[in-house]
Amino acid sequence: MVRLGDLAHARSGDKGNSANIGVVANDDVSFQWLRSHLTEAAVAAYLDPLEIGRVRRYELPHLRAFNFVIEKALAGGASRSLRLDTQGKSLGMALLELRLPALESLASSNTAETTR
Amino acid sequence: MPSRNQAPIRIGNGAGFWGDNLDAPYLLARDGKLDVLTLEYLAELTLAILSHQRAKDRAAGFVTDFPDTLDRLVPILHQQGTLRIVTNAGGLNPQSCAVECGKLLDRARLGELEIGIVTGDDVLKEIPEWLKSGVSLDHLETGEPLSKVADWLQSANVYLGARPIAEALSSGARIVLTGRVADASLTLGPAAAHHGWAWDDWDRLASASAAGHLIECGAQVTGGLWHEWDQLPDLAGIGYPIAEVAADGSAVITKPEGTGGLVSVGTVAEQLLYEIDDPARYRTPDVDVDFTTLRLTEHEPDRVAVRNATGRPPSDRLKLAIVYRDGWTASGMLAVVGRDAEKKARAAGAMLLERVRRSGFTFADSLVECFGAGDVVPGVHPPGESPWEVILRVTVRDVNRPSVERFCREFAPLVTSGPPGIAGYASGRPSPRPAFGYWPTLVPRSMIEATVKVRTAAEWSASSIQP
Repeated sequence: MVRLGDLAHARSGDKGNSANIGVVANDDVSFQWLRSHLTEAAVAAYLDPLEIGRVRRYELPHLRAFNFVIEKALAGGASRSLRLDTQGKSLGMALLELRLPALESLASSNTAETTR
Repeated sequence: MPSRNQAPIRIGNGAGFWGDNLDAPYLLARDGKLDVLTLEYLAELTLAILSHQRAKDRAAGFVTDFPDTLDRLVPILHQQGTLRIVTNAGGLNPQSCAVECGKLLDRARLGELEIGIVTGDDVLKEIPEWLKSGVSLDHLETGEPLSKVADWLQSANVYLGARPIAEALSSGARIVLTGRVADASLTLGPAAAHHGWAWDDWDRLASASAAGHLIECGAQVTGGLWHEWDQLPDLAGIGYPIAEVAADGSAVITKPEGTGGLVSVGTVAEQLLYEIDDPARYRTPDVDVDFTTLRLTEHEPDRVAVRNATGRPPSDRLKLAIVYRDGWTASGMLAVVGRDAEKKARAAGAMLLERVRRSGFTFADSLVECFGAGDVVPGVHPPGESPWEVILRVTVRDVNRPSVERFCREFAPLVTSGPPGIAGYASGRPSPRPAFGYWPTLVPRSMIEATVKVRTAAEWSASSIQP
């Protein structure tokens, strides 16, 4: 298995009661891999303990990036939620701990930071 | 501002929220070689908090940090005769903010400097009439009717766009004070005025709006939150962002020379995705922006070109952010240490709530969190083994203030009558604070009219606040 944080970086925030997580792949190989493995269903299952609503994934191929919108992720949002992290700032860090199936060919490219 | 100007305009953003670094606006204006300094202060709930203040004092309701910041900028306004400032510091009361700034500038021998205000976003007084005449203000996410909370409305502000800002600048204003405007419009306004763009030049408007979105959160695009944070030079001295917006709408994102942090394709790409929904439809009052066509390239260190965003006409409805009062809330924290720290913390939290209940008080909602045990993102990434120390946080909300007050007094007794190993009460008793609910909705554009008023600092200083 491979940790998402070894293939990509991320940041998250809020819009009302939805959160979004922007995920940017480190390189093209990782982006293609994530395209088929970092699915809406995989993210929804991982974040299931938060009792979330629908997860939508958007692709930005020029930037090797995805945007995940997670509905009802914030237990009421910045105003109503009683949680410490009412704005979902920590969701990006949490998502980077998601384990995905690893490709052998990825093992070598993971360590080298590449440029775009 | 001159129209059809071919040179790029340098717009720097020195504040990403109310509470951002106090030195940043001054340092950015001093070192940024700016045409325009923008300062973004208004989060979703800020206007509700300001309305609470205005209820007590009619002259209040604007961002009180801004006059202090402006005072520090006085020497720079003297030295840099063309520097302009565009900010949403007006909050719920741009006029009162203008009077305060006018007085300050008049005293600083800048009485001739012109200050423009943009109003028309505050529609709280209109809401009852709109509801009566059948205007739908249903919640954007849940579809519920506003009548559910109509008795508790605290603030209601439409997101205005770039046009009134551009109008104020074109009328000669060196400082523009707005209430609620879309964050990206703080950048698009000066860029459109500078380059003389038409308001249906969708691709240019889109590209400049993308640049505005990138710099609106201040240092988040210049190395803040970056995953390789420990490899960045001088993060303590991080530079705040500058967008050089060219006549074709494309922009270069950069920061003042010699400052810390980093502007790279990575930092810009990550920030582009920050707090957005569908990237093909980033909606502002000015234009619907498509980020999926956008390209990023880094030609030199700390300079990233942003181009090829495409635009479409915006919706004929504007976003309206309504905030209603939702009772009181309070939360307190204690450290819990020793074997079984998590178990003890959770028991102590439950005990605290049970004691308040036995005293005859109830809560609409309550929550016990245990930090160090995986509760910041509850249940998603639990720690591998039982922690030796955790932070206990207990939070409640209720319409009844005495319930919340009683809750605040139950933290101290835990130190002597709870499980062993509870510390940290010296940081003090928590206090009740107003809780708010957020109600986003849409209103037809035709019902909203933005108003621009430009006066000299001396004139603002001599005017009084109308009731």
